[in-house]
Amino acid sequence: MSSRTLVFIVPLVVIAFFWLMARWESRHVKDASKKGYFERNGKVLGIAFILLVAFWTVFLVALPYLYMVVESFHPKLPPMERGGPNDYLTLQQYGSFFVSPADGETNWLHMSTFFFSILISIIVTAINFTICYPLAYYMAQAGSAQKVRLILLGLIVPYWVNEILRAFALRLMLATKGLINNILVAAGLINTPIDFLGDNVGLYVGLSYAYLLVMMFPLYNAIESLDKNQIEAARDLGAPWWRIHKDVVIPHAKPGIASGCTMVFMFSAGALAAPQFLGGTRTLWFTSVIYNFFFQAFNWPRGSAYSFILLAACIALVMLMLRLFKVSLGETIR
Amino acid sequence: MSAGVELDHITVRFGDFTAVKDATLDIKGGEFFSFLGPSGCGKTTILRTVSGFLDPSEGAVRIGGQDMAGIGPNKRPTALIFQNLALFPLMSVFENITYGLRVRGVGKAERMKRADELLEQIALPGQGKKLVSELSGGQKQRVAIARALAVQPKVLLLDEPLSALDLKLRQHMRNELRSIQQMVGITFIYITHDQGEALTMSDRVAVMSDGVIQQVADGRSVYDEPQTAFVASFVGENNALPGTVTKADGEFAVVETGFGPLRGRNPHALREGARAILFVRPESAQLAPSQNSSSFQTKVRSVAFEGNMTHVFLEGAGKKEVMVTVTRHGGDIVPEEGETATVSYEPRLGLVLPEGSLARE
Repeated sequence: MSSRTLVFIVPLVVIAFFWLMARWESRHVKDASKKGYFERNGKVLGIAFILLVAFWTVFLVALPYLYMVVESFHPKLPPMERGGPNDYLTLQQYGSFFVSPADGETNWLHMSTFFFSILISIIVTAINFTICYPLAYYMAQAGSAQKVRLILLGLIVPYWVNEILRAFALRLMLATKGLINNILVAAGLINTPIDFLGDNVGLYVGLSYAYLLVMMFPLYNAIESLDKNQIEAARDLGAPWWRIHKDVVIPHAKPGIASGCTMVFMFSAGALAAPQFLGGTRTLWFTSVIYNFFFQAFNWPRGSAYSFILLAACIALVMLMLRLFKVSLGETIR
Repeated sequence: MSAGVELDHITVRFGDFTAVKDATLDIKGGEFFSFLGPSGCGKTTILRTVSGFLDPSEGAVRIGGQDMAGIGPNKRPTALIFQNLALFPLMSVFENITYGLRVRGVGKAERMKRADELLEQIALPGQGKKLVSELSGGQKQRVAIARALAVQPKVLLLDEPLSALDLKLRQHMRNELRSIQQMVGITFIYITHDQGEALTMSDRVAVMSDGVIQQVADGRSVYDEPQTAFVASFVGENNALPGTVTKADGEFAVVETGFGPLRGRNPHALREGARAILFVRPESAQLAPSQNSSSFQTKVRSVAFEGNMTHVFLEGAGKKEVMVTVTRHGGDIVPEEGETATVSYEPRLGLVLPEGSLARE
C-alpha cells in the first residue's frame, strides 16, 4: 500500500476511536446521576455530534497536514509518474535545505533566509512586547474606563483595513520619495533620503503593526486579572515602580506574555504579505521561498518539506523559551 | 519607634462626591486608634490618605510632625494591611515577609535573620519556605502582619483585615492584634465596621458617618456618652424614641414621644420645643413598673430567648420596635406575645440627643 493511501486510513482510526469512547462511556460510567453519552444526547444527535467532530478533526485539522507530511517525503514528479516506480519515500526534500540538489553545494541562500526570518521574527516579537506591555498595563490597571474604551477603539478600527492596503499605505509613507523622507529632507534633518524599505524598516514596522493586537489582548487579559491591591502592597512596602513590574506584575502576567510572544513569533515567521510588500529588494523571507516552491516551481514536496522545517524550528524555539521562563504550555492558553 | 498622625482639616473629593468632610484628628504615637463606621462612610478613604495612595483635596496629613504632601506611599513611614491581605501568591512566606527589606537593598543573610525573628513573633517558626496558598486564613493574616512589620513602620494601617475570617478566629485575632501592638509599640490605625472589634481593641475610636467624624472618644465613652443620634444608634443596640422637648430642668429633659412624656439626661442642654430623640438601651430598660422611673405601656410583638438573656420586642413608634433585654438574674418576668407590658427605665439611663440621622439597620 502506498504511503499516500495510508494517510487516509488515519480518519477511520479517529472515527473508530470516538465511537469506542462513546461506547465505553455508556457501558462503564454506572453513576446513576450521570447518563451515558447516547442517553444524554439521543441516538440521532449523538451520532451527528460524533460525525461532525470527526469531520472537523479529520478533514479540517488532521488530513491536510498529514497529507503534506507525506508529500514532503516524496520526490517531485510529474502527475503521470505519481504512484509509479519512481515514487518512493525519500529525505531528499529535507536534505535540499542544507545541500542544494542543483550543484551539490551548501545551500547558504535558503539557510540564511531561514535564520534571517527567525531572527527578524524574534525582533518583531520584542518590539511588540515593548509597545504593548505599557499600553496593556495602562489599560488594565491605570486608565479610566472611558479612556480604555477609546484606546481599544483606536487599536481595533485600523484592522478593518485589509492587510495588503495597509502594507502599501506604509510603503507610500516609507518610500525614498515618500512622505517621511520628504518631511525629513524639507526640515533639513537629512540631505539624502533614507532607504527605509531597503533597510527593512518597513518590514519591522509592517510586521509589528500587523500582529500588535495578537500581543495586546493576552497581555491585557493577564494584567487585568491582577489584584490592584498587589500593586499597592508592593508600593506600600517601598518598591519603586520598576520593581513592582519586575516582582509583581510580570510574574503574574507571565502566561499571558508567553502566549502573546508565542503567537506573534509564530505569525511573524509565517507571514507572507508584509515581508513581500515591505521587505527590501535584497530581503528574502523564508515563507516567500516556500511560496515560490508551491506556485512558481510547482515543487510541492520541497515546499512542504521547507514548511515543516520552519514549523519544527518555531515549535522548538517556543518550547525552549517556555522552558527557560518556566511557563507550562497549558498556562499560555488559559 | 512610633509616630503620631495628625489630620489637619482633611477633605477628600471624588468629582462631585465628597468622601471625607473636614476631618481633624490627632492620633498619638503608640496609640491603637480605630475608625468605626458603616461601609461608604469614608473610613477607608482616610486610611488611603494617610498611607499616601490618595491626596487630600484640602488639608494636610502629618506623620510624626512632618507634612506628607508630595510623599508617595513607598516613601512614607507607614505600612498598610489590606482587607484581602494582598499577599504575593507567587512568592513564599519568606519572600513575602522580606519583600520590603529586599526592595530596600537589605542583604540576604540579614533578611533571613529578620524573617526568622518575625516568624517567631507571629508563631509560625520554620514556615518560611511554604507557599502562601498552603496557609490557613489565620496564618495568612499573621504573615500579612509580619510583612508589614518587617519594614519597621512607625504607623501600621489596617483596613478591616479580620473581615474575611470566621467568628471564632476573628475574636482570637483581636487579642492577638492587641498584644502585637503592645509588643511593637507603634501606632495602629484600624478601620472597621465591626463595633466589637473597635471597642475591644482600641484606645480611642472615631465614629464616622457620611464622611464626617461624629465622635472621637474611648470605647466606653462612645457607648455610654454618644454625642450624636448616629453614634447612639450605630454603636450597640439602642431604642430611639423621637419627639419634642417639653421641659428642660437642669441635667434632665422631658421629651413628648409617641408614648407620652419621657425623661432622660440632656447633655446638649436642649431647650423646650427642640426636636429630639430619646435613647434607651435595651439592657437599661425593665419590663415592670418601678419607682422614680419613666415608663410607658406597649404590646409585646415577639420574644427571643438567647440563653443568658431574652430579647423582648415590643411595638414602638411607627415601624420601629422597642427592644428590651431581660437577663436571667434580673428577676423580671418575661411576658408572652400579645400581652401589654410596662417598659420602665431610670431617667439617668435615658439620653436626649438632638434630632439627626440614625444608623441604618
